[in-house]
This record gives sequence, C-alpha cells and structure tokens, in this order.
Amino acid sequence: MHELSIATSIVSVAQQEAAARGVEVEAVHLRLGALSGVVVDSLLFGYEVASQGTPLEGTRLLIEEVPLTIYCPSCQAEVELEGIQSLRCPRCGELSGEIRRGKELEIVALEVKD
Amino acid sequence: MTKTPRILEVRANVLKDNDLLARSMRLRFAQTGTLVLNLVSSPGSGKTTLLRRTLLELGQRYRVAALVGDLATDNDAKRLAESGAPVRQIETKTLCHLEAHMIEEHLQNWDLRQIDILFIENVGNLVCPSSWDLGEDLRIALFSTTEGEDKPLKYPTLINTADIALITKIDLAEAVEFDREAMYQNLREMRPGIEILEVSGKRGTGMAAWLERLERALKAKRGQH
Repeated sequence: MHELSIATSIVSVAQQEAAARGVEVEAVHLRLGALSGVVVDSLLFGYEVASQGTPLEGTRLLIEEVPLTIYCPSCQAEVELEGIQSLRCPRCGELSGEIRRGKELEIVALEVKD
Repeated sequence: MTKTPRILEVRANVLKDNDLLARSMRLRFAQTGTLVLNLVSSPGSGKTTLLRRTLLELGQRYRVAALVGDLATDNDAKRLAESGAPVRQIETKTLCHLEAHMIEEHLQNWDLRQIDILFIENVGNLVCPSSWDLGEDLRIALFSTTEGEDKPLKYPTLINTADIALITKIDLAEAVEFDREAMYQNLREMRPGIEILEVSGKRGTGMAAWLERLERALKAKRGQH
C-alpha cells in the first residue's frame, strides 16, 4: 500500500506551504486523477495516520477526483473516458496516446483558520 | 451565522521532492553518460533471472551494475552478484516501491563514470512503483507469459508510464497457451504504440534483440550512432 507514502508526502508538502504563508490549516484540497494509481479510501486512512503528531492532525483531506480525459485527433475533441482500461475514444473507436487529464496528484488549495 | 472558510489557492505536486531529486539525478546520469533502466513487474515474473543473464552477457562489452529493491532478504542481490557485476541490495522493509532518495543513497561511493548501464530492479509490484520517478531513461515493464494476457488491463497506471514492455518466460508460451495477440492488444490499449520485446532469461530466446535495444539506448544517450 503506497497510499501511506503518498499521504506522508501530502502532509509534508501541505505543512511547507502553510508555513511559507504563515497560516494554520483546517483542510487540504487534493486533486486526484483516475490514473494516479491511488485508492481514495486508503489515502484517507493514510492521511489520518500520517498527520498524527503533526500540526495537521485533525485536519480534513478533501479529494476531487478527476476522470481520465484524452484528446482524440479524429474527433478533434477532448473526450472523457469512463474507465481506465483503454485509451480508446468512445465516440469513434480510435486509440489516442494524448492524455489531457487524469494523472493529477496535487494539492490545489488549503482551507485555513482566520 | 456560518463562517465561510478561507481558502488559499496552492499548486503543489505531492511528489515534488521526489521529482526534484529524480531530475537532479537524471542530470548526473547525463553527465556521466550512464544509461539507467527501471525494471518493474509483479513478483515471480522472472526479473532476476533475466537480469542475471543480461548482466552476464552485457558485462562482456560494457560496465554494468545493478541496484535491487526487495522488502526483505538479499537473495536476489546474491544471485545477481554471481554475474560478477557490482550489485547492491536496497532493503525497503515495509515499503512496496523504490523512491529516488533510496537510489541516491545506494549509489554512494560508486563512481558513475565507471558505469555504462545501471539496472534498477524495483520491488515486485505492479501498482506502487508507478508514481516514483527514479531518474531513469527507460521504464521497462515485465510480464511473463504465465501471468495471463489480461494483466496489463489490471494495472493501467503502470503500463501507461512504461517505455518498453518485456514479455518474459517466452519459452513457456506454448505450454500455457499464451495468446500473443491479446497480450499485445491489451498492452497497447493503455499505451498505444508501446515497444514490445519477447525474451526468455532461462533459455536465452530473444536476448540478442533485448541487448541490442539496450546498446542502442546507450549510444543514443551518448550521442553516438
């Protein structure tokens, strides 16, 4: 389970960002792509464990899941995919290697105390 | 009166520390002209057998070395060291993958200028190693013929980060009724156009093409033709 390693990194990066801004964190907003290879429930559990004994203990991790989206050259459009087993465009059936979204693993915002 | 939370926008990659270190190691490998390969697969895919043979055969023409990740034991490192190449074990204890700092730590006191090709055998796992850049030139995903053709569909994240798919234990293909066409298609559903090679580390089938591929990558890295 690598989610604990990821959670530890989230806590560490969020702490750095908070310290740089001189704020106290209440929640961390994370953007997580469908193809990031991270399981949400395991990550939430990992976050609780990883934040214990740190200034982030008791804070929430809010996850925005981002579906896999490719650019289909045949359709000349961005197409959202339902699963992550194929990069085939559901409209025209062509394969596309051009992933536009779905690999995110990034902190996008911090909710802080006034 | 409910208080609206104060939200500060931040843009930070969660694995930025690893990525930064991997980038600086990649620069170092470029300066020393060392080709670095990250081998990922599930346990029992034949990584160590293939790597042992690769070190033996490639070691006659190039200076090769290997770092081997395992949760516990140094059995694999011992097997690989029989090839005569410098080998170091990275015991990860409970960790299911290798991270850039482990590579950096285990490269200490090795003169990279004396290493043409460095192999990193990742921990046997098809999920966890995906997210960690180790500064490698090529990520090579191994699948054995005995694992089933649908394996790539079960591990799309890893496939999508691989540069080359290596089908191992090809000598057993017939015995296990390996469906080559299905395997190729499943690999390319998540990584269109991925380069695929077939080998048997035990019998030596396909070794020439595999070694030639590595040689070509080394020459390309050093700007030779």
